[in-house]
Amino acid sequence: MFEKHNQTNDERVEESAMYNQVVMDHFKNPRNVGVIEDADGVGEVGNPLCGDMMTIYLKVDEDEKISDIKFQTFGCGSAIAVSSMLTELAKGKKIAEAREITNKDVAEALEGLPKNKLHCSNLGADALHMAIQNYEDKKAGVTREPEERQEKHEHGEGETCYCPYCDVEISETAEFCEACQRDLTEEH
Amino acid sequence: MGFINLDRISFNPLLPEVKQVMIDAINSDLHNPSSQHKAGEQAAEKLADARQQVANLVNAGNAKEIVFTSGGTESVNHAIKGTAMANREKGSHIVTTNIEHNAVLRSIKRLSNQGFKVTSLPVDAAGRVDPAAVEDAITDETILVSVMHSNNETGTIQPIAEIGEVTRRKKVLFHCDAVDSVGVVPVDVEKLNVDLLSFASNPFSGPTGVGGLYIRRGTRIFPLLDGGVQENNKRGGTENLVGIIGMGKAAELAVQHMEERIGQMQALKDYLAEQLPEYIDEYIVNTDPAHSLPNLLNISLKYIEGESVMLMLDEENLAVATKSACATGSLRASHVLLSLGLSHADAQGTLVVSWGSDHTRADIDKFLASLAGVVNTLRSMSPLYQKA
Repeated sequence: MFEKHNQTNDERVEESAMYNQVVMDHFKNPRNVGVIEDADGVGEVGNPLCGDMMTIYLKVDEDEKISDIKFQTFGCGSAIAVSSMLTELAKGKKIAEAREITNKDVAEALEGLPKNKLHCSNLGADALHMAIQNYEDKKAGVTREPEERQEKHEHGEGETCYCPYCDVEISETAEFCEACQRDLTEEH
Repeated sequence: MGFINLDRISFNPLLPEVKQVMIDAINSDLHNPSSQHKAGEQAAEKLADARQQVANLVNAGNAKEIVFTSGGTESVNHAIKGTAMANREKGSHIVTTNIEHNAVLRSIKRLSNQGFKVTSLPVDAAGRVDPAAVEDAITDETILVSVMHSNNETGTIQPIAEIGEVTRRKKVLFHCDAVDSVGVVPVDVEKLNVDLLSFASNPFSGPTGVGGLYIRRGTRIFPLLDGGVQENNKRGGTENLVGIIGMGKAAELAVQHMEERIGQMQALKDYLAEQLPEYIDEYIVNTDPAHSLPNLLNISLKYIEGESVMLMLDEENLAVATKSACATGSLRASHVLLSLGLSHADAQGTLVVSWGSDHTRADIDKFLASLAGVVNTLRSMSPLYQKA
């Protein structure tokens, strides 16, 4: 019991709510901000959990390479840094390679995010994958309704829930926190 | 460039006079006020003086009605849990509002998990509770009504005296969380008809970690901290005398200078509200202009998110607070802003700007100029702004 409690405290010290220098650099000087008017692919995602929104614009050349990428983001420092890093990771990559970029890759390239902000990185990869899908649909002559193109991000892979009271990791369906015994009837 | 603290709702630096009495108190090695020898008596006198200074601030008829606590949160927990437990045989229904501070919300949530019934009242678009709704919510089972004096996010002041009239007539205990009001604006427990009033020392530039709870004589309440007979048997534990002495001095100064400070702070508020449209467009003011604190303005900036604004202003040595969901540990939009009817997107762009009587127009000018730049930068990268 005591051991478990101490462990929790140590984790909290390590994972401070502050952003690291890489994240702050991408937040203060975001790369690839803007719109591509004649984009080959556009992906939009919104995250109802914290209200962030992101749009990714792609330009793809004849070698199936992402020759240009731009983003627009409504969100916190983390969401902006994630967008910026994502565009850096995707730029110059072949479509097939870019499709492999995961949320984890973005968070790792940023050398970590405060754990309650990890879900912001989901936004980034999702928007990129939507943009790639849009590009491929266009190429194949498939048209989709706008609702179908806009992914409503829900709890996804790689996203973990934390108790809003004591910050301990909990299961998505938990109704109370085992660590602090609080009731968790609301969404977490 | 100097640091400008426009986040006074989170922290106020100690006044020099307050620092001095606290340093003197430390240097004089004051004994335990409960000890019956001369050294203890000396400490007890200091404690009594501070209690009187604080009683004067809220116009308590008897200084013994003031209990010193570790701050606003303890006061609120004591008032709510202490009266609920002590009056349980009378009933188990509590009336509160949707915009209370977490100290109140979570204390009441805790009680509701223990079987208490709760009615939480909505606020109007201005953020105020209707006293008639309080009256309608009270049943034969109701033992406590808890309504905050001013809201910690919006600064909007509730019609406490009118609600107190209702609770007095209905013979129900009335607790008021006045943490952000006491020492800032006049708060008089007689005029407000309250039975319990929670407050803290830092909002009027006393030390953090010290607060007070006014408990009207004759109120049935259990201690939150069982222990010795300190604080007239209402709170066990040796008093934080150095902090209490600091709070007493800050209370005395607040009584002396309140009118003058309000004038200075209100002038800055008027100036900020008047200058804002010169610097930015498309924002919502969430502070009720007619009934609100003089030292705070809550604004929602459309199409952008508050944590980003706060971090960018921080780069320019300007501290403000934000109520964006992203900036809270729980990642939920502020329950206060949603209660006002704000959309989630608009609530995301919310800043709480707060100041003291020592701030100047030049500070506000600097803030506005920096804010305009930050708003432009963030809107230029916002997908919502492009679409609007």
